[in-house]
Amino acid sequence: MEVGQLQRQFVEHTASMFHEGFLDGQFSQLQQLQDESNPDFVVEVVSLFFQDSERLLNELTRALDQKCVDFKKVDAHVHQLKGSSSSIGAQRVKNSCFNFRNFCEEQNTEACFRCLQLVKQEYLLVKNKLETLFRLEQQILAAGGSIPMME
Amino acid sequence: MNFGVQGAKSMSMPSSSASWKSGDGVSDHFPVGLRVLLVDDDPTCLMILEKMLRNCLYEVTKCNRAEIALSLLRENKNGFDIVISDVHMPDMDGFKLLEHVGLEMDLPVIMMSADDSKSVVMNGVTHGACDYLIKPVRIEALRNIWQHVVRKRKHEWKDLEQSGSIEDGDRQQKPSEDADFSSSANEGSWRNSKRRKDEEDQAEERDDSSTLKKPRVVWSVELHQQFVVAVNQLGIDKAVPKKILELMNVPGLTRENVASHLQKYRLYLRRLSGVSQHPGGLNNSFVGPPETPFGSISSLNGLDLQALAATGQLPAQSLATLEAAALGRSTTKSGISMPFMDQRNLFSFENPKLRFRDDQQPQLGNNNKQMNLLHGIPTNMEPKQLANLHQSAQSSFRGMNMQPNSNHHGNQSSSLLVQMSQPPSRPQMFNDTNSNHFSMIPSSIAQPTLPSGMGSGVLARNGIVENARGAIYNSASQASTMVDFSINQNTDLPGNGFLLANNAGGQMATVASKGLLQEEVTSEMKGSRGLAPSYDIFSELHQHKSQDWGLPNVGLTFDASQHSNMRGGLDVPPSVLVQQNNVQNRITPFGKAIFSAAEESGRGNGPNIGQQLDTLLAGNSLRVKAESLPEASCQNTLFHEQYNQEDLMSALLKQQEGVGPVTNEFGFDGYALDNLPV
Repeated sequence: MEVGQLQRQFVEHTASMFHEGFLDGQFSQLQQLQDESNPDFVVEVVSLFFQDSERLLNELTRALDQKCVDFKKVDAHVHQLKGSSSSIGAQRVKNSCFNFRNFCEEQNTEACFRCLQLVKQEYLLVKNKLETLFRLEQQILAAGGSIPMME
Repeated sequence: MNFGVQGAKSMSMPSSSASWKSGDGVSDHFPVGLRVLLVDDDPTCLMILEKMLRNCLYEVTKCNRAEIALSLLRENKNGFDIVISDVHMPDMDGFKLLEHVGLEMDLPVIMMSADDSKSVVMNGVTHGACDYLIKPVRIEALRNIWQHVVRKRKHEWKDLEQSGSIEDGDRQQKPSEDADFSSSANEGSWRNSKRRKDEEDQAEERDDSSTLKKPRVVWSVELHQQFVVAVNQLGIDKAVPKKILELMNVPGLTRENVASHLQKYRLYLRRLSGVSQHPGGLNNSFVGPPETPFGSISSLNGLDLQALAATGQLPAQSLATLEAAALGRSTTKSGISMPFMDQRNLFSFENPKLRFRDDQQPQLGNNNKQMNLLHGIPTNMEPKQLANLHQSAQSSFRGMNMQPNSNHHGNQSSSLLVQMSQPPSRPQMFNDTNSNHFSMIPSSIAQPTLPSGMGSGVLARNGIVENARGAIYNSASQASTMVDFSINQNTDLPGNGFLLANNAGGQMATVASKGLLQEEVTSEMKGSRGLAPSYDIFSELHQHKSQDWGLPNVGLTFDASQHSNMRGGLDVPPSVLVQQNNVQNRITPFGKAIFSAAEESGRGNGPNIGQQLDTLLAGNSLRVKAESLPEASCQNTLFHEQYNQEDLMSALLKQQEGVGPVTNEFGFDGYALDNLPV
């Protein structure tokens, strides 16, 4: 694929992620932080987010699977997931955590479980899209082009 | 903030890490190289924040465990300028870490969390955090964190200044004659600090800024244990630095170190006991009768907490209410925008109230109110108001004065200070207060000089309270030592004292507080961007132009490290003095930076800057005046930026020696008002 085409795809993809609420302004902040001294900053941070989130989601699954659910622990995990997703701008993931915490307070296992599913879903969606984005980036760079800056 | 941005952007020189020195006299370099310790268990956030901070040209050390952070801090005393910590962490609660840092290292701490619920934020405030950031944190929010460092230093400086200067010229009045023990000591120290300032070039940062090493006492766990044991043996109310020092029997530890630490510890205890009272109730009780005996200053502890709590929560309305209440006593109730006079009255009432540390609720209420007032004031009040408050405080101070001294203002005042948050009008106040203050002070000074000390402390607090955010508290707690110092000093800042008095629950000294306030105001001014510019001060500053610069530095050089050792001679809270030294060295660059920045931006510029400058200058100028005490030379020295730590220390030492006798007579530790002969 030629560079121009790749770049267009990149732009469209990024724009749609923002429009659909998968990403928010915080992600732009990350992009702005990236510079020559740290050219892979966004990729690194997002990878870190993936790792951490998966760990948290596993912990959550395990915690909710217990006979006697430790809601404090669940709440702590959700809180952290909320914090990290908001830090990278994964808006929908962050939003899905809001209700989750409320249900934790109510100690509603069933509802929490449903929330967990929702969070997992959102997480996988955003992960997928971000990976596509990064792939496009790499392709553009490999083809000798430059990454278009999103306004 | 403007400064911050300017500074960051204009950084041209490759400041060495952990060093503020500009060398080129470019104040813009500050806050480049600010050494930040970042603590967060979330690796994503940690990485993002680190990058952001690096982009701000700060020097970042990150860790994901609170334990690690603490050990890092303990290993490198003076290795960091500011700590940013998450609230929710698996191994240790962020607030606990905050307290530890406050007690042991006395560094400004910023809390952050994705949790923005009011209770959590309030928690941050009461624990002494100097700011609270909500995640996701934007880089803009991080750019300005240097203000907390400067503010802290400034307060420390102020304390030092106050202690040293007692009262110069205008301010002077009472210091020497009164049991103002800080007078001689203060002057000495003040002079020293001033001298140091003289040497330093205002525009240039300190040469040794990079070191920024203060002869701070590191309160290790063991040492703290010994301290606690000693305090418990004596009984928390009777625990005075001198006796604690004897019991501890640690070579090399000075009474000042103990005093400042005691202040912090008291604050910590207060915090533990919980800020039960809600600020809301304060309003009514606030109007306490001024006739309350000073001696019976109720423990402001409660108040402090409340005040602290109030700080954050005190909305304009409540503040207004408080003010009204306060005023009501004196005159009429009025809204927040009380007229000048009202404000004054308000404070006057507050002073007496503050002083008292009644354990009784009502008094507390009063105090709280006062405190709230203070809190509210900064946030709600216009600078003018503050000034008014100060003035009124001063006037009231006269009457009241020092009575609060009898109480343990040390702690309280400190806490109060926090609340005072920044009244932008401080500078103004000072001007007014100075003249009034001094006159008042002497009369009031009869009591231990605490008032002045308190004033400073209060000021510091106040200054810190600026946004009633954690920031204030942070400074407050840390400033507690400062406050103590202020007490010793008969600081001239009447306004400051006043505010302090209010906050400190009357501990000392409205006078002291005024002094402090002044300091704080100046420091606050820096922070208080929106406050009405203290144009009055500004003009005054101009008068003291040469000296002004010195002040900023001095103020800046407030070293939160209360542990600084001021020689015994200076009863002025040793930490203040010492801090001064330390602070001076460190702050100077900052101060200079700030000033330069301010200068560059033009006084009249950007409201913030101008105001800040004015405030600073005002503070300085005020200070100068105050300091024109017996040691006229102090004034001159005040403003010279380039003072070295060594010089400062020696100067302070000299002062101490000279002051020795004076301070002794008061037996005022600064921390223990009890000791003050009333």
